[in-house]
Amino acid sequence: MKMEQFNDRNVADNGYFLVDIEDYPTDGWGKFKRVVKRTFRAELFVGLWVVLREMIKFDIHTVQYPEEKLPIGPRYRAVHEMKRLWESDAERCIGCGLCEKICISDCIRMDTKIDENSRKEVTEYTINLGRCIFCGYCAEVCPELAITHGGEYEQASEQREHFVDYAYMLTPLDKMKAGTQMEFEGFGAITPHEDERVKKTPLAY
Amino acid sequence: MDTAYLIETIIKVVVILLIFSALAGIGTYFERKVLAFMQRRLGPMYVGPYGLLQVAADGIKLFTKEDIIPTNVVGPIFKIAPVITAATAFMAAAAIPFFPQFTVFGYTVHPIVADLNIGILYILGVMAVGLYGPLLGGMASANKFSLLSAARTAAVFISYEVVSGLAILAPIMMVGSLSLIDFNNYQAGGISDWIVWSQPVAFVLFWIAAFAETGRTPFHLIANDHEIIDGFGTEYSGMRWGLFFIGEYANMFFISFVIPLIFLGGYGDGSMLGALGLIAKVAFFFFFFLWTRAAWPDVRPDQLMWLCWKVLMPLAVINVVITGFVMMF
Repeated sequence: MKMEQFNDRNVADNGYFLVDIEDYPTDGWGKFKRVVKRTFRAELFVGLWVVLREMIKFDIHTVQYPEEKLPIGPRYRAVHEMKRLWESDAERCIGCGLCEKICISDCIRMDTKIDENSRKEVTEYTINLGRCIFCGYCAEVCPELAITHGGEYEQASEQREHFVDYAYMLTPLDKMKAGTQMEFEGFGAITPHEDERVKKTPLAY
Repeated sequence: MDTAYLIETIIKVVVILLIFSALAGIGTYFERKVLAFMQRRLGPMYVGPYGLLQVAADGIKLFTKEDIIPTNVVGPIFKIAPVITAATAFMAAAAIPFFPQFTVFGYTVHPIVADLNIGILYILGVMAVGLYGPLLGGMASANKFSLLSAARTAAVFISYEVVSGLAILAPIMMVGSLSLIDFNNYQAGGISDWIVWSQPVAFVLFWIAAFAETGRTPFHLIANDHEIIDGFGTEYSGMRWGLFFIGEYANMFFISFVIPLIFLGGYGDGSMLGALGLIAKVAFFFFFFLWTRAAWPDVRPDQLMWLCWKVLMPLAVINVVITGFVMMF
């Protein structure tokens, strides 16, 4: 879809025109003339024709929801996902805790420890979806592009405190092997053509 | 009155009752589908193929729902009101010839319960009594919206009756009888004999009055959901509400029979083709009820009264006078 028509603020020569509305009749004779005119101009049949035309065209717009779903944008902010590294299939999350810190509705809770390789490892990670407002700050702040939003918007639950944990959000290994992990294009994602646009830091600072 | 006649009449009554109760249900299905298609939707699709069993699902729901009588209502009137609407709708059908007479096993069947010599008067009168359902139900409901609806019913009541009565007077003058069978035989000669050609104004007026009588969309002000919840139906639930519904749809079907019988030749000469023609005409008029619901806005009660009293009634009177003069000279 072209965006020009929405970005063009100059409405003067954009096909806008004043609707020609007659003044309302004030006296009885004028009202009578209007009734007669409306009756014999057969205005009612215009409406009848419009709906009949749509019925004959049979251009149905219904989406039969559970069977059919509308495509959602790649930037849609639904239930979170934890991504893996493309190179090694290892988890991207480094346990820095920034997402927990920035979360404005306090719905992220994480515990970390130092593992045997002296790397930080996530032991507990839950998001309370009942509190989450899906603002996207966690995805934006994540330095590793690890926590992102996904497209799974169907989250029915029997209670308000509906949690998702690390294992649920993490990209499954078989999906990773198949190379079908989707990168998130919303907040915090690398913009396209980032390589060309980045400026090198001069060494002689 | 011999036994055969009695048995025949009872069978006819039962058949009409069954067929039109079922048709009322199927009518809701058609209404939903037609409205949906006109609004680029699909309508009911889940219950059965293409949602065909939706009618059964709705029926089960209505029948098994709890029958709630709210605390402050006037009990007996509240209970009888839906029955009035449904019963009078079917009672009106007694004088309608649904088919030309036919012979089964050497026995001639007249598909009319009672060929009254005042058929049209009877039909219009009994159908008008049906409006007492909304009126009494609305007043007995102890609900402000229902009361508004009852007031509107009274307004509709006194408005359209005059128009339908006066409009139909001119054809009655021409035919010289009040029996619908006489009307049909008067026009049996073919399309050129149809009363609509000599009484186009009466035809349009009666058609408009039929919309007010059945409370369909341009005059759907009695139970306008977007203004007064469901009007007289607000406090009703389950099968009592369902009776209102059946009454409304049965009325639509019966008035769709009456209009072609009076103005459009009915079943013609009584052949099979004529009978199918009548069904086609009824189908068109029923479809038109749904069609206008998708296309037209509703009018206010004062607009309806303005239309009926200041526009349609003078037209009907002029029509009667002109018809009289033409017949006299």
